[in-house]
Amino acid sequence: MVSSSDISAIHGSAAAADRLRRRRAAEWRLKAYGIAALMLAGAALVVLVGSTVLKASLAVTEHYVELGFELSPEEVGTTPEEIRRANFDGIVKEKLRTRFPSLSEDRGTRRELYDVVSGGASFELRERVLAEPSLVGTSFDFPLLASDDVDLYLKGAYGTLRTAERSGVLSPTGTTGEIRLLSTVDDFDSLLDEVKDTLLEEADQLRRLAARQETGRAVREEEAAAAETEAERERLLAEAQAYADQRDAYDRQADALEARAARPGGTEALGPTTPSVFIRINGGVVRATEVSNAAIAGEVMIPLESEAEAPPEDWTYWAMSTPERSRRISDVQIVVVETLREEGAVSASFNWRFFTSADSREPELAGIWGAAVGSFWTLLVTFCLAFPIGVLAAIYLEEFAPRNRLTDFIEVNINNLAAVPSIVFGLLGLAIFVAGIEIAGVEIGGFMPRSAPIAGGAVLALMTLPTIIIASRAAIRAVPPSIREAALGVGASKLQTSFHHVLPLAMPGILTGTIIGMAQALGETAPLIMIGMVAFIVEIPGGITDSATVLPVQVYRWSDFPERAFEARTSLAICVLLLFLVAMNALAVFLRRRFERRW
Amino acid sequence: MLWLTALVTLALAAAVHVLGSRKAVALADGNFASLHSRPSYHGLYCALWTLIAGLGALLVAALVSRGLVDAALLSIIDERAPDMREIERQLALRDAYAIARGGVASSDDALRQALGEAASRYGAIRLVVVIGLTLAAAALAAALTFVRLTRDWRARNRAESIIERLLWVSATIAVLTTVGIVLSLIGETLVFFDRIDWQIHKYLFGTTWSPLSGVFEGKMDADKVGAVPLFLGTFMITVIAMLVAVPIGLFSAIYLSDFAHRNVRSWAKPLLEILAGIPTVVYGFFAAITVAPFIRDAGEAIGLDVASESALAAGVVMGIMIIPFVSSLSDDVINAVPQSLRDGSYAVGATKGETIRQVVLPAALPGIVSAVLLGVSRAVGETMIVVMAAGQGANLTVNPLEAVTTVTVQIVALITGDTEADTAAGPAFTLGFTLFVVTLALNVLALRTVRKYRELYD
Repeated sequence: MVSSSDISAIHGSAAAADRLRRRRAAEWRLKAYGIAALMLAGAALVVLVGSTVLKASLAVTEHYVELGFELSPEEVGTTPEEIRRANFDGIVKEKLRTRFPSLSEDRGTRRELYDVVSGGASFELRERVLAEPSLVGTSFDFPLLASDDVDLYLKGAYGTLRTAERSGVLSPTGTTGEIRLLSTVDDFDSLLDEVKDTLLEEADQLRRLAARQETGRAVREEEAAAAETEAERERLLAEAQAYADQRDAYDRQADALEARAARPGGTEALGPTTPSVFIRINGGVVRATEVSNAAIAGEVMIPLESEAEAPPEDWTYWAMSTPERSRRISDVQIVVVETLREEGAVSASFNWRFFTSADSREPELAGIWGAAVGSFWTLLVTFCLAFPIGVLAAIYLEEFAPRNRLTDFIEVNINNLAAVPSIVFGLLGLAIFVAGIEIAGVEIGGFMPRSAPIAGGAVLALMTLPTIIIASRAAIRAVPPSIREAALGVGASKLQTSFHHVLPLAMPGILTGTIIGMAQALGETAPLIMIGMVAFIVEIPGGITDSATVLPVQVYRWSDFPERAFEARTSLAICVLLLFLVAMNALAVFLRRRFERRW
Repeated sequence: MLWLTALVTLALAAAVHVLGSRKAVALADGNFASLHSRPSYHGLYCALWTLIAGLGALLVAALVSRGLVDAALLSIIDERAPDMREIERQLALRDAYAIARGGVASSDDALRQALGEAASRYGAIRLVVVIGLTLAAAALAAALTFVRLTRDWRARNRAESIIERLLWVSATIAVLTTVGIVLSLIGETLVFFDRIDWQIHKYLFGTTWSPLSGVFEGKMDADKVGAVPLFLGTFMITVIAMLVAVPIGLFSAIYLSDFAHRNVRSWAKPLLEILAGIPTVVYGFFAAITVAPFIRDAGEAIGLDVASESALAAGVVMGIMIIPFVSSLSDDVINAVPQSLRDGSYAVGATKGETIRQVVLPAALPGIVSAVLLGVSRAVGETMIVVMAAGQGANLTVNPLEAVTTVTVQIVALITGDTEADTAAGPAFTLGFTLFVVTLALNVLALRTVRKYRELYD
């Protein structure tokens, strides 16, 4: 007999308390791991969706630049054919030239000026004139689509223009060409500091290069010490010396830069590797090439109206911290855009174009409508093929198939097909539907046009078939035997029981499974790439035999393009895709909740 | 044109359905009990046979006649230009059809003109023959079945047996798919092995992958088709993915099934479902644009040399994609362990954690292992994430910070690349076959594990 005092001795001892504490700690740790795992999964989802939405926000609006046009009948003609053939591209370029004559002299700046406006803007102007021929001979304002880089700049993707307090009176020394601007107060202190900061960064980089040379030298000296022949040692020592010399050169350059940066005041030159500075005075714009505390030397981009000195309220400066070499928008384009913005000619509007136009190589003109229509056709073919075959197969397997090895084999087969990687289905589609294979000298297949929704739909149907069959079988199995027996009892045949009694009751479950299968098919990319639906399609597909692409493949293609504006558009396309998927899954869940009966 | 014929056949079937039903009604003469089957079944019987005869004739006639016309045109080509290469013969054939359709051919010469004329002529004849045969077959079937309708005609049974056969055909389409996959993959695989003179060991164990660089005269350089870098890359990315997915998936499943409040479950499960429903191309974009630069910058901050397409980035994102698989399958299995085992464990004084570790998990282990294996199978077959985030160079390394390539990336590269379809198909389909075999083996293993070690509770 164990006495209660013995029990208390065992369970009340310090060792027991210690064990208990450790057990509770282990329990707490397991719980903590679980919560941490959930948090990690949630964080991953939040980061994924959040970063995509954030990037997509840059593509939600587009910018237009409004210019006034006056089209004479000689330029564009009067009949639709003449208007269609007129050179609107030239008209737009000429308009830009007359608006900014000082920037049209040099070939390089002229090209940059033209690049402010998108290549498709002239087409839109033409469409407008075609729609309203009465505009010819009148003057009207037309918004021209901004190019993708200007659009990104206006959204702040390349940094924002900074302006600061100024309190001095600025006097220019001329109105065109290279001039100096002198202020009565040290207004440009902060600019000078910023430029000096870039000098320090450059010095930093040189120090890093020097460090690498040092490593090289040390390695060579080690090798020289371990060298076997005298000639070898000489050579390695010479190389080490070369590294040392280079290192010293870098160090000297870095020292010079740091000295310059440390010196207060002085004059620093501005160039493609330093921030850009523009002075706006007397109706003109000057780009700075040298900056000191109280003076700027620069070249005039837009001529000043007079040489009069300007009080602090009448002049301003813009500073762009990102150097010209590190951004895709040039100084000339910034000047053009800011001048137009000051006049109120720059406007933003919702990017409807993205949802209504087809693919394009220019990011500002690209849209997903072509891919959306292609997805629609493809899913239509998938549904029309997979739903009937899947449901009929499920009915057969559940109601009619005898329980023998053949049907067991079919069942194992279907379960395996559900787990086959999608790319294998793509290879299957390529081999049989598009290319055709030869079996014993007989050519089978190869009858489908490459990159058409019918081929893509057929491949996706094969992929979705196992999902639909498995879901339908589960739904049919869930219908209680009493329904079947009652139907048989009043004299229905097996087929009548299945189609008139079981199938309607199983339909909600079948539809849920089908919608989920369709949602999976909507997001599939790899098999469609295999059969060639990855080409550049500019027309909206009109049917199932036209070349088309689908939304996820469009995302894949756009993600490869180098233009930065495509990153935003890819993200927006992903958001649209995710919205569709959420809608389909929500529909499936709603159907399940509303119509599924629990027997 | 042929679509129209199919529609006409459909219309004919519908018409004979109506006629057949009316005839049955007329035969009943007011007393419907005297009919064996309901009138609509009589109509259905006629309609089904009309459809089968008509559409079947259409399919067969269209395919056979197309073959005959092709042969006739090819004989014209052979007669006039006997030395053409195969690819030029095919081009000429396509040109013939293009000219007949009123489109543009690739070139304009006497051969093309002759072919164009012949194609139009034969095309017209073919159209007439096919349409004629189809309509004739459909009409014949309609007439023959219509005549047979009598009061005792077992229309329902006959119609139903046709439908049952249709059901059986639907079920075998799934099997035909597998047969098709195996046949198409094996066919090209055998051609490929033939090209490398059956040195299969060089494919399986070689370490240099550059299959298109050693092609000459229809043979491939067997030393350049070593797939080990690909297998190693796939393996490495899969391992990284499972290192992310298994702990997170398993622990979240344990927490959700045994610790969590019902409310937590109600939003946590949908959260994981959402992760499962995101298309892989979105994960790939995320990996390429966000994760890979982040890892590279983080690595450089510590002083490591990280490639911009590191295996780590692709592996981590793939792991995130697989979390829901592992989690939901484990959750199902853990929930399936009966409450009685848990209650017994609590009764002898174990804490929840100890119960899970020592009673529930061992009971659910076969299912969890199966879930992990299915996750591995999914990771091995995944394409888009690695195409967008992993590299293309066959790099033989175990360093996760370097760029590696996988089997699926190489399949995509070979098929969508610039090489001739015949040459690229060999290695691509062989890789596809290898992938198919491996994932099939993993799935079968997962299934066997569950079946063999599962304990049946009550």
